[in-house]
Amino acid sequence: MTAMIFLIPISLGLAFVGLCGFLWTFRSGQYDDPKGDAERILYDHLDEGPPADG
Amino acid sequence: MALTGTLDRPPHGAADPVVFVREAGEDRQLGLLVQGARCASCLAKIEKGVGALPGVRQARMNLTTGKLSVAWRNHDVEPALIVETLARLGYPAVPFDPAEAVSREDAEGRRLAIALGVAGFGAANAMMFSVPVWAGLLHQEMGEGVRTLFYWLTALIAAPCALFAGTTFFQSAWASLRKGRANMDVPISIGVLLAIGVSLYETAIHGRHAYFDAAVSLLFLLLIGRYLDHVLRAKARGAARDLLAMQAATATRLTREGAMESVALRDVAVGDRLVILPGDRLPVDAEVEEGDTELDVSLLTGETAPWRVGAGTSVQAGAINLTGRLVVRAVARSEDSAVAAIARLMEAGAQTKSHYVRLADRAAAIYVPAVHGVAALTFVGWMIAGLAFPDALMRAAAVLIITCPCALGLAAPAVQIVASGRLFRRGVLVKSGAALERLAEVDCVVFDKTGVLTFGRPALLHGDPDLVQRAAPLARASRHPLAKALASQAGPGAVADEVREVAGMGVEGLVDGREARLGRASFVGADNAADAETVLWFAIEGETPRRLCFSDDLRVDAAATVRALRARGLAVEVMSGDVAPAVRQVCEAAGIACFCAAMSPMEKAAAIDALVAAGHRPLMVGDGLNDAAALAKAHASMAPGAAAEASQTAADLVFQGEDLSVVVEAIDIARAARARVLENFGMAAIYNLVAAPAAVLGLVTPLIAALAMSSSSLIVTLNALRVGAGRRRA
Repeated sequence: MTAMIFLIPISLGLAFVGLCGFLWTFRSGQYDDPKGDAERILYDHLDEGPPADG
Repeated sequence: MALTGTLDRPPHGAADPVVFVREAGEDRQLGLLVQGARCASCLAKIEKGVGALPGVRQARMNLTTGKLSVAWRNHDVEPALIVETLARLGYPAVPFDPAEAVSREDAEGRRLAIALGVAGFGAANAMMFSVPVWAGLLHQEMGEGVRTLFYWLTALIAAPCALFAGTTFFQSAWASLRKGRANMDVPISIGVLLAIGVSLYETAIHGRHAYFDAAVSLLFLLLIGRYLDHVLRAKARGAARDLLAMQAATATRLTREGAMESVALRDVAVGDRLVILPGDRLPVDAEVEEGDTELDVSLLTGETAPWRVGAGTSVQAGAINLTGRLVVRAVARSEDSAVAAIARLMEAGAQTKSHYVRLADRAAAIYVPAVHGVAALTFVGWMIAGLAFPDALMRAAAVLIITCPCALGLAAPAVQIVASGRLFRRGVLVKSGAALERLAEVDCVVFDKTGVLTFGRPALLHGDPDLVQRAAPLARASRHPLAKALASQAGPGAVADEVREVAGMGVEGLVDGREARLGRASFVGADNAADAETVLWFAIEGETPRRLCFSDDLRVDAAATVRALRARGLAVEVMSGDVAPAVRQVCEAAGIACFCAAMSPMEKAAAIDALVAAGHRPLMVGDGLNDAAALAKAHASMAPGAAAEASQTAADLVFQGEDLSVVVEAIDIARAARARVLENFGMAAIYNLVAAPAAVLGLVTPLIAALAMSSSSLIVTLNALRVGAGRRRA
């Protein structure tokens, strides 16, 4: 049972990282133009990541 | 006829992007709605082409919304140059109002998406502890200490997540309660808060019945429904807004020095002198100072015959200048113009519509008292039966938790999402779920004539091809609707020389070196002066004048649509602002017996009111400004995509394309959606009839609650998908 003392915080921590990841993708505008991003990835000169201003 | 004219090409005023530029620190920014960009090579072409303009710092194209945002350093770039560059690349672009760009809509969507993410996190992690507890409970292997520890951990995750993710529901429930009504969010909020409260109490006393996972996963499922509903509305509104942006106009003002400048519509002041070129729409009520022309007032009154105006005439906002250059003096600001009276009527109509109670809320009105009554009875009953106070309260709480209307909350939005998605693919925008519900309830259909039953633009009836070709060079030089119809019939070709347009009469010029005239009978020199509005005369030097007849063509499927509507038990009638003979002719061709002609906008609105007062639920289909008030007042309303701004705003549904039959299809889908929603309510009711007695008897454990609630939600959602599948088979 002592394993749980480590396992529970670790699993919660991982899940929390996932949640933060979701919020980050959201805030950095990665859902703003799904159609455009799908096309941009095909060309190096277009694929410079999400826009700075979201 | 004016209606299609506005979409054939952007109005002159809208092409000037200067007034749409906004400043952001050192930079200037411009948002443009770009047409035709679809793929990566379009992206590359646009961003490279605009980015290469000297001074442009950034050009970023969003393919999803079709919007290009351009930023440049102060004064370096002429905004018109950007639009020109885009046009040269093959992508017509229209500036859109930056005020529209930052919308509250978007903020709402972000809040819902974040709430959804948090609820998902909470639900998944609460399950991590709940599943071992259920397993331990079933096999009686888990000690009380471990179970309580797990419950505390679940509480630690689920309670904050549920409180955060549930804010939307709590706020809506509170707002509804303050109005003295109970919508579906009331039992949801009570259920969630009660589940958390009771579970905290149970955990504190080392009890077995904690429902943290149920509360947060319930919110997760409901938020999926909410988010989808929001995406649907945002999409429809965005598309409608874009259509309006295409029509958004600026005005051309004449300064004291005689120079011309572009101003935004809202900046036009009383006394400003405005230049109205042929093809432009009058932005405000005004008085003509110079010029002699014909106005197309079909948008205002429904009358198709052009109206001749000269100096001193009062003209109304919304009329379109057809033939000559006009200088007018504004007598009212944009928002005070003639359209404002119609807008006020529209507002009144929109208010009556907001009284419409949605199906889900009607279900909630029965459901909430029933469930809360059962819970109260459970508590009282068990107290009388001799159970301890905490146990009796626990069972009452279990009733409220298990009957928490997860399925009911999903029942309507899930169906409406699928139905709207199907209509969207057919080119019909649904503004809201409530609009679909109202559309399913209509029992009569009222059509406008011009632009709805007909195309709203005249077409040549019959004509000798030789005559058409000879008259075409003159026709191409004119903006008059009949001339435009003739020119489009003839196809591209030469334009006559030395063309002079005589307002209200016609055009004259040189065709093959010989003088020719196209216009009214008296202008051309023919004797026949009757039926002048739908006839053009053409004469060439030394020959007898010949006649060209036009009519506003009935939409191809108008008669079939009317028959289909009748077959569905709907009465069909026509209310038009046009003169009686024109209306009668169209109605006979479409097979409609009941019609009213020469109606003013107010009369149309009053007629709709009378229908509603007589107990009918009319669907109004109209496109003109003169229909806007009637559209707002009718039980449900539809407008074609080429309609006036106000009409599109007032209408519940906006349809694109040439087919009138989408009206029938929309009604069919709305009715199918209503049937599915009612089925879903039925299923939710059956679920509750089984689950509630079990809870009353105290048979419900947290595991059963979790299973029952999520399976009922799943069944409801799967049933909703049938709306989408139904037509594909047919």
